[in-house]
Amino acid sequence: MIEKMDQIFVLLLHWLTGFLPAWLQAIAGVVICVAVIVCLYPALFALAVLLERKGLGRMQNRYGPNRVGPYGILQPIADGVKSLTKEDIVPLSADAVVHFLAPVVLVVAVFMGFAVVPMGRNMVLVDMDAGLLFYFAMSATTELSVFMAGWSSRNKYSLLGAMRAVAQMISYEVPLLMSSVAVVMITGSLSLTKIVDAQNSYTGIFPHWYIFTPWGFAGFVMYAIATTAETNRSPFDLPEGESELVAGYHTEYSGFKFALFFLGEYVAMFSISGLGTTLFLGGWSAPFSFLTWVPSWIWFFSKIMLSICVFIWVRGTLPRLRQDQLMNFAWKFVLPLTLLNLFVAALWRFLGEGWERWVFCSAILAVVYVAMGLVEMRRDHFGPRKYRYAE
Amino acid sequence: MTVVFYILAAMTVAGGMAAMLLKNTVHCALAVTVAFAGLAFLFLDLDAQFAGFAQILVYVGAVAILVVFAILLTRGSETPKDGVASKHWLAGLVIAAGVFAVMGWAILQSAAVLPHEMPVPAVTVLDIGNALVTRYVLPLEIVALLLTAAMLGAVIVALHEKEAAQ
Amino acid sequence: MEGYLLGEGILKGLAETARNFFGSYVSKERLTTVEYPEQRIAPIEATRDFPFLVYDGEDWLAGLRCTSCQICEKECPPKCIYIEKSKDKKPDALGRMQFYPARFDIDISVCMSCQICVEVCPFESIKMDTEYELSTTDRFGGLLLDREQLAKSNKYYHQIHPTEAAKVDEHLAAEKVKADAKAKVAADAAAAKAATAAAAKNDAKPAGEGA
Repeated sequence: MIEKMDQIFVLLLHWLTGFLPAWLQAIAGVVICVAVIVCLYPALFALAVLLERKGLGRMQNRYGPNRVGPYGILQPIADGVKSLTKEDIVPLSADAVVHFLAPVVLVVAVFMGFAVVPMGRNMVLVDMDAGLLFYFAMSATTELSVFMAGWSSRNKYSLLGAMRAVAQMISYEVPLLMSSVAVVMITGSLSLTKIVDAQNSYTGIFPHWYIFTPWGFAGFVMYAIATTAETNRSPFDLPEGESELVAGYHTEYSGFKFALFFLGEYVAMFSISGLGTTLFLGGWSAPFSFLTWVPSWIWFFSKIMLSICVFIWVRGTLPRLRQDQLMNFAWKFVLPLTLLNLFVAALWRFLGEGWERWVFCSAILAVVYVAMGLVEMRRDHFGPRKYRYAE
Repeated sequence: MTVVFYILAAMTVAGGMAAMLLKNTVHCALAVTVAFAGLAFLFLDLDAQFAGFAQILVYVGAVAILVVFAILLTRGSETPKDGVASKHWLAGLVIAAGVFAVMGWAILQSAAVLPHEMPVPAVTVLDIGNALVTRYVLPLEIVALLLTAAMLGAVIVALHEKEAAQ
Repeated sequence: MEGYLLGEGILKGLAETARNFFGSYVSKERLTTVEYPEQRIAPIEATRDFPFLVYDGEDWLAGLRCTSCQICEKECPPKCIYIEKSKDKKPDALGRMQFYPARFDIDISVCMSCQICVEVCPFESIKMDTEYELSTTDRFGGLLLDREQLAKSNKYYHQIHPTEAAKVDEHLAAEKVKADAKAKVAADAAAAKAATAAAAKNDAKPAGEGA
């Protein structure tokens, strides 16, 4: 019975494709899975948008939207209707073809990422050997669409926003990849299903998730920072900062295309949180060994929603980073720490089981973190600030 | 030579030709990105997963961005007033045909030596990794050195520009 | 060397935000929204929006305190008051015969709520109202309030500005007492004068008759 609940979607798929002739079954299975993903994640997007507006509101001592439906739960529907019925304005001198293609490329690239993320036991669309590499390849394509959007609008501010967005996404892609490489090193495989399988064991009641190791914890923190920057989320949302560049690279988009950009951003958030849970939080495995009776896909989606809540929480707390502060942070702080994390992960592997590896790895990471803090945060004198690039 | 191969080849060639023939330079850059993507899919068709994804990650994700940045930061984004076809297109066509003929002959000569039906070698990422750190470790280190030198050079050039500006 | 641990500030900020989030469900001070128009914040006593004319008693026409002295019309900075004096007079609260405004218009789209008209009025007849939901769809005269719309009773004035109204009533009562006393004195003097005049006439008459 527990088995059945856990595999209910897989069994459903097999039952549905059982009606078709054998040569059509594989393709039909894939098509059904793709259709489910394409319907499920926008629904989760609607939920996430509502959660964000209500959650941010409560954090800012106000109600969120509460007029449409009880407690505002029909607000996403209202937003959807609004964005579908708004006039689609394309500026006269804009490049119509590229202007049209930019949101399409974004949404396609973002949804492709879901093909390799395991959403439950045996519930991965394509079990690729180089799954992680595929995922990062797709997220690299989103940068291109951001640039296309900014350039085709023929608007200085859009272009500026697009340049900033692309620079930010490229800078934070390196720490993103590096923090994932530590996981790959320890697991020995790029395949996401193998990474989840490696984390699916328990000592006593505690799971072997990578976040509970020193290098995994540091890697997770850096992964979280890098994902917040990759998806242009606060506090790294200068490219779309409403008070600065109107809406950055999607200024000239209205109606459904803007909704597609918005959808693309949130679905990218889901996708990259999905990857983060797979890499560090054990994917679909349960947090305690006595909870393994709960279906695996429930754990996966709860972990994703938890990550989204943390994203919203951080958005409600932190002020926006300036562009040069953002880039400095990436290249001078996060990147060296990810390289150190790689070294620490290697040390972890080669010290073998026992208490020594815990002590040494934690010690190295803690000492370097505190030292960097003392060095970077030291204020020699409290005079006027000196800026290196803004004169 | 399956249908998939023909479709992907058509996509790549179309991308390359569009990159040549379009007037707007940024459109050309986007067309060459399509050609890169076509190449990546061809690699995937040949079961070379690592090469395919690395092609997307590096070419589409980084080189294409680099190309468009370069176009934008120089004045290449201005559309040339007259078309891109130059006056000496016939000479260009002849030379291109000659180069293609030489390369085609070389490939066909080597293909004639190899047996036609060879089993596809299953190369996993693990094998590539192993090869890189055992047999090809010297090229790896030299490439690393080259990349470091390039980064240092970029930083130094940028610093010099700032000093010149001051 | 405290405060140098990186990320400490961020964690404190996250804790504060979480406190806000969970506190907003339990305590009123963490959810300060007033859902207008279902809920309204009660205005404080010194609120002022647009002027109104006070009348005593039940009949607004008879009890209107305004004597159309036109001081407020002259002092109004944006000149939003328009007054036409009446031709006849009517008795005011103190019994004297005064003019009254045949027409008293205030254009509240121009009025800037400066309260100068209230400060200069010698008869305590124009005061500031607290009504602010005055939007209208009539673009051409909807915001031009005439005499009847402006006239509100003294009871209403007590409702919106209790202490002020109490002071005004005290002041008016004191004036009335003074006026009554003066009138009494004047009446006594007039009566005495009439008595002496009558007595003189009586004395004069027999003298006139005797001679």
